[in-house]
Amino acid sequence: MGLPDARGHFGQYGGRFVPEALVAALDELDDAFRKAWLDEAFHAELDALLRDYSGRPTPLTPAPALARAFGVREVLLKREDLNHTGSHKINNVLGQALLTKRMGKARVIAETGAGQHGVATATAAALLDLECVVYMGEEDTQRQALNVARMQLLGAEVVPVRTGSRTLKDAINEAMRDWVTNVATTHYLLGTVAGPAPFPEMVREFHRVIGKEARQQCLDRGGLPDAVVACIGGGSNAIGIFYDFLDDTEVALYGFEAAGDGIDTGRHAATLTAGSVGVLHGTRSYLLQDENGQTQASHSISAGLDYPGVGPEHAWLRDSGRVVYEGVTDTEAMAAFELCCRAEGIIPAIESAHAVAGARRLGERLGPEATILINLSGRGDKDVSTAAQYFGLGAV
Amino acid sequence: MSRLQEAFAAARAEDRALLIGYMPAGFPTWVDAVAVVSAMVENGVDVVEIGLPYSDPLMDGPVIQAAADQALAHGTTVADVLRTVEAIAATGAPTLIMSYWNPIERYGVDRFAKELAAAGGAGVITPDIIPEEADAWVSATDDALIDRVFLVAPSSPQERIEQVAQISNGFVYAASTMGVTGTRTSVSVDARALVARTREVTSQPVCVGLGVSTPEQAAEVGRYADGVIVGSAFVRLVLDAESPSQAAAGVAELAAGMAAALRTARRGGQA
Repeated sequence: MGLPDARGHFGQYGGRFVPEALVAALDELDDAFRKAWLDEAFHAELDALLRDYSGRPTPLTPAPALARAFGVREVLLKREDLNHTGSHKINNVLGQALLTKRMGKARVIAETGAGQHGVATATAAALLDLECVVYMGEEDTQRQALNVARMQLLGAEVVPVRTGSRTLKDAINEAMRDWVTNVATTHYLLGTVAGPAPFPEMVREFHRVIGKEARQQCLDRGGLPDAVVACIGGGSNAIGIFYDFLDDTEVALYGFEAAGDGIDTGRHAATLTAGSVGVLHGTRSYLLQDENGQTQASHSISAGLDYPGVGPEHAWLRDSGRVVYEGVTDTEAMAAFELCCRAEGIIPAIESAHAVAGARRLGERLGPEATILINLSGRGDKDVSTAAQYFGLGAV
Repeated sequence: MSRLQEAFAAARAEDRALLIGYMPAGFPTWVDAVAVVSAMVENGVDVVEIGLPYSDPLMDGPVIQAAADQALAHGTTVADVLRTVEAIAATGAPTLIMSYWNPIERYGVDRFAKELAAAGGAGVITPDIIPEEADAWVSATDDALIDRVFLVAPSSPQERIEQVAQISNGFVYAASTMGVTGTRTSVSVDARALVARTREVTSQPVCVGLGVSTPEQAAEVGRYADGVIVGSAFVRLVLDAESPSQAAAGVAELAAGMAAALRTARRGGQA
């Protein structure tokens, strides 16, 4: 593969579309990342944190009830939900937080949608003694109130963003404005494989641990899966599990985006399925935009997938055909959410429930001999009130 | 000589900095924006920057964000922006568009440059594209014979300032401070140093923007820069105005005050 190129391009995608004021900081980050990546001491420190603090390696859990329901031989869940803080986000956060220390910066800022990246960042900031400010769309602070409280308990300042659609897109705008103002002292700890180079590559490298572990765990059980499945918002958990399977051409890779109320309703976040090529938040990729290049609002029951852009490497993988991207509606995701709870005793994040729903669809296509590996990217504690409301449950 | 070059030459002959005024198209409405900008031009603004309202203006502070939101709320399109340019350029003032990159790319890079030229526009300021990503933009603007203005920032190392200056034409935009647009109580000391560093590598005019909001600040910057760019201070007057005529009157007064301050700035005028 060897992508991105030296300027951060994945084919026509990626690159750096930023104010000149940020270029020096991106160069500094790029340099710090590449030096650290070649430094055994950095890897030793990061690996120790991933093992002793986050609890890696995460297990691979067979899900026989899901397998029966989907009509396949085996469903395997990569349990990123069992990481400390409850999702895969901590993998990247610990890496970037260590880089922040190496760059001699004392403050981190982050955007968050569902709050999982914000919680992970607040956690690492507490651990490594960094000042932490998290930008979160006001709509998301309401639907993910539990995570707001968690971030505050961890000592972070949570800033509700009241501009634009008041969701993740606007939180990123506000974080960028903070960064361009405070770049000398502050690292922008971006939470997904989007944004200007080197973020898409760097965040991918920090999440590759998911796929490396899962691939080996599959081999230890007897062989590679027929399909690997992940949900896609910005695409960090997906690239993390896909990357080390890219050369295994016999393994099909599927990314499931949020189709919200349905792609034909226009109320969705299915960027790769229904978007077009453009530039947003520092990178060229697919995005939801109108004919004047204005970003369109996305919609999803899942705050973490409610983003009108997607990482540039996914755009590249879409065009190459190596990964197939499809939409999963709110209804399909919530049915899968319920099934996962009842049948396996695992409450998934609603984001991850999109991957479970996608696997259900694949079961019909792949048939009874298939093994499907699902990246269960996060746990659903944060979604309990959304789910209770959706299913009409009693007060919780 | 391009119209921008002529404007700089004329200002230089009067030993003063150019006054560049910014206003988003379609704000508060298409018609009122033209009236407000005309008032700026009639009262001493030499060069006009018409903002192309964008949904995700990450270099803009709350004032310009609010204006862009209003313009977008009533459906301002790229075609409306071009019509605004045409109306303003007809006043004789060199007129630039200030636009984030995505609307240009979406419209079609060559098409955008050609249609701006056809509307009488002088060039485009692009705050979120850097020379490394600008190959298509360089050819399009060269073909259309319009100027392309890139930004330098206080954080830019010298070799990047050189790279930006080489690719820019018309002038180089020096961001006075690290941050987003908006009025500030003082203009950063970084601005003077950045202009000096930019002059080391280019003979092009260097204009300073971000945070210039009073005639006193304009005069201070006008002593060392070739142009002074004023945005949020004008936009705020329009946001706060109770009627279009009040908006135009407020903008006219500020423009006149700034223009007067610039005329005396280099002759020991009070800062």
